[in-house]
Amino acid sequence: MQKKIMAVVMIAVLALSLAACSSGGGGDKLKVTMVTDVGGVNDQSFNQSAWEGLQKAGKDLGVKVSYQESHQDADFVPNLETALDAGNDLIWGIGYKLGDPILEAAKKNPDTKYAIVDFAYEDTPENVVGVVFKQEQPSFLVGYIAAKMTKTGKVGFVGGMEGDVISAFENGYHAGVEYANKVNGTNVEVIIQYAESFTDAAKGKAIANSMYQQGADIVFHAAGGVGDGVIEAAKEQGKFAIGVDRDQNYMAPDNVITSAMKRVDVGVYNVVKDLKEGKFPGGTTVVYGLEEGAVDIAPTSDKHVPKEILDEVEALKKDIIDGKIEVPFNQETFNDFVNSL
Amino acid sequence: MNALNDLGLIIGISLMYAAPLIYTALGGVMTENSGVVNIGLEGMMTIGAFIGATVGYYSGNPWLAFLCAGLAGGVLALLHAVACVTFSADQVVSGIAMNFLGPGLSLFLSRVFFEGATMTKPIPLDQKMPRPLNGVFAQNSFLDLVFNQYATVYLAFLLVFIVWYILYKTKIGLRIRAVGEHPRAADTLGIDVYKVKYLAVILSGVFAGFGGAAMSLAAVSNFRATLISGQGFIALAAMIFGKWTPQGSMWACLLFGVAQGLVVYLGGTNIKVSSQLLAMIPYVLTLIILMSFVGKVTGPAANGVPYEKNKE
Repeated sequence: MQKKIMAVVMIAVLALSLAACSSGGGGDKLKVTMVTDVGGVNDQSFNQSAWEGLQKAGKDLGVKVSYQESHQDADFVPNLETALDAGNDLIWGIGYKLGDPILEAAKKNPDTKYAIVDFAYEDTPENVVGVVFKQEQPSFLVGYIAAKMTKTGKVGFVGGMEGDVISAFENGYHAGVEYANKVNGTNVEVIIQYAESFTDAAKGKAIANSMYQQGADIVFHAAGGVGDGVIEAAKEQGKFAIGVDRDQNYMAPDNVITSAMKRVDVGVYNVVKDLKEGKFPGGTTVVYGLEEGAVDIAPTSDKHVPKEILDEVEALKKDIIDGKIEVPFNQETFNDFVNSL
Repeated sequence: MNALNDLGLIIGISLMYAAPLIYTALGGVMTENSGVVNIGLEGMMTIGAFIGATVGYYSGNPWLAFLCAGLAGGVLALLHAVACVTFSADQVVSGIAMNFLGPGLSLFLSRVFFEGATMTKPIPLDQKMPRPLNGVFAQNSFLDLVFNQYATVYLAFLLVFIVWYILYKTKIGLRIRAVGEHPRAADTLGIDVYKVKYLAVILSGVFAGFGGAAMSLAAVSNFRATLISGQGFIALAAMIFGKWTPQGSMWACLLFGVAQGLVVYLGGTNIKVSSQLLAMIPYVLTLIILMSFVGKVTGPAANGVPYEKNKE
């Protein structure tokens, strides 16, 4: 008896799942979904930001939006399959870790469009678009602020792991300090150290403590979870820290003076808008920066940073958008930048 | 003066790094001396870190938070004990399950308590663990760098002494070790083997929970999913390194801490060594010392073997 019931249930499940497959693809509303990185959709970081951008697209552009959460790297591929079966027109991968899974899926399903945040392919298929951000631009701005606000003449940078993205943060920041030195005739020094981790908060704290002991009074981090330790050190020592990716002032309202923000939501929204208007930039990597409003300094900066410095930052933004200042993003361009000052 | 301050910095970092490891390694010492392997310490640390940060944030009382963190670790350990002691399950498999359960439960609860966020909100400085010697010495002087630590650091060393005392100077300690060496012999002498094992396993979870809270209430002030990434396993290694004794484990944790302190210090000097190479130092150093000085390590004889009363 029990076996029979089991059999019936199994058949019912199979039938349902078949029905689920065949129901995809229909409807005339554009369907867009995103597959998150392991942080999940409420990670208060770039996954959440991406989802906010998608929700805005849903509201403003009348597209149907949804998300698939990943909890470990092994979830990426099945989640992409699910997204495909649901008949989505555009599938987002949020974060560089989804780079390879997205490429695989895109090659297998040339009729579906894919997009990825923080990843640039060397050879992008026609149905894929890579979205990257000029993180060096907001880093330049916070570097300028740091150089103007330091009282000790020393500022710090804590990086996560060496790589293109973090290197852009580092060199942008360093260039911002050098630029401020040149313009204001100061001689602010930058101490740079990498944690070789994105998770070891204790190491972030140790490095920041070491920098404060060496006389730095402002430390900028681009190091994920390691940054929690950096901000904690600032809190304990009564020094300053600069946040990253989003406005981190809430972590230590008295100590985080500004943050170098990356507006993933703006990037996601823009690409969906392009798709809706039939201008999907497939086969390319789009680069978003200050011009598109996709990177910026934190809105709470005015709590700690004096107005005249913020005014100068506004002028700098304009210069960067106009191309008068080209912010370096790696060692080579940094050297050129410093030589041209 | 500068050299002295550098030394102070390294010692300070070592202590900060070592404290959470010491708690957790002591947990390992407890459980393995009673003959139950617990590789779930990492998961128990994670739930401890989460509960500590959550209770700390909502109650504003770090001590209550610290105790609750221990309790949470203990509850998870109770599950491990039920599986391994009562049902004679494979201890490694159950431990792995704990390592999934701890972080999974933490994330789930975090979403419930923090409006769907996978990290907790930061605790203000004055509601974190107190720093008993804060402000006693001049800021960034040698003594300040070494001794201006959170209460959890001092407590860790106190706990080393307490665990040593219990294990080697009290009746219950003797029983724990007897059960780990030869449960049947202990049983025939009228010791309730199951009860002793339960006690030791639960205590290991409590200590691991403390270890997690030492991260989320002192080292930083919030929990996020990546806060505990590997500390539980390093503590486990430190325990083996320390030959299953509380004092040995403490030295092993300190060694690891000193190595991290050196890494941070060297990375901040002008000596140009690649930071990837530097990051390897703690692990390489541990391996070298393990191979050259410590020699053969033998754990409790009946470690990892489930005890079944009516089976020969």
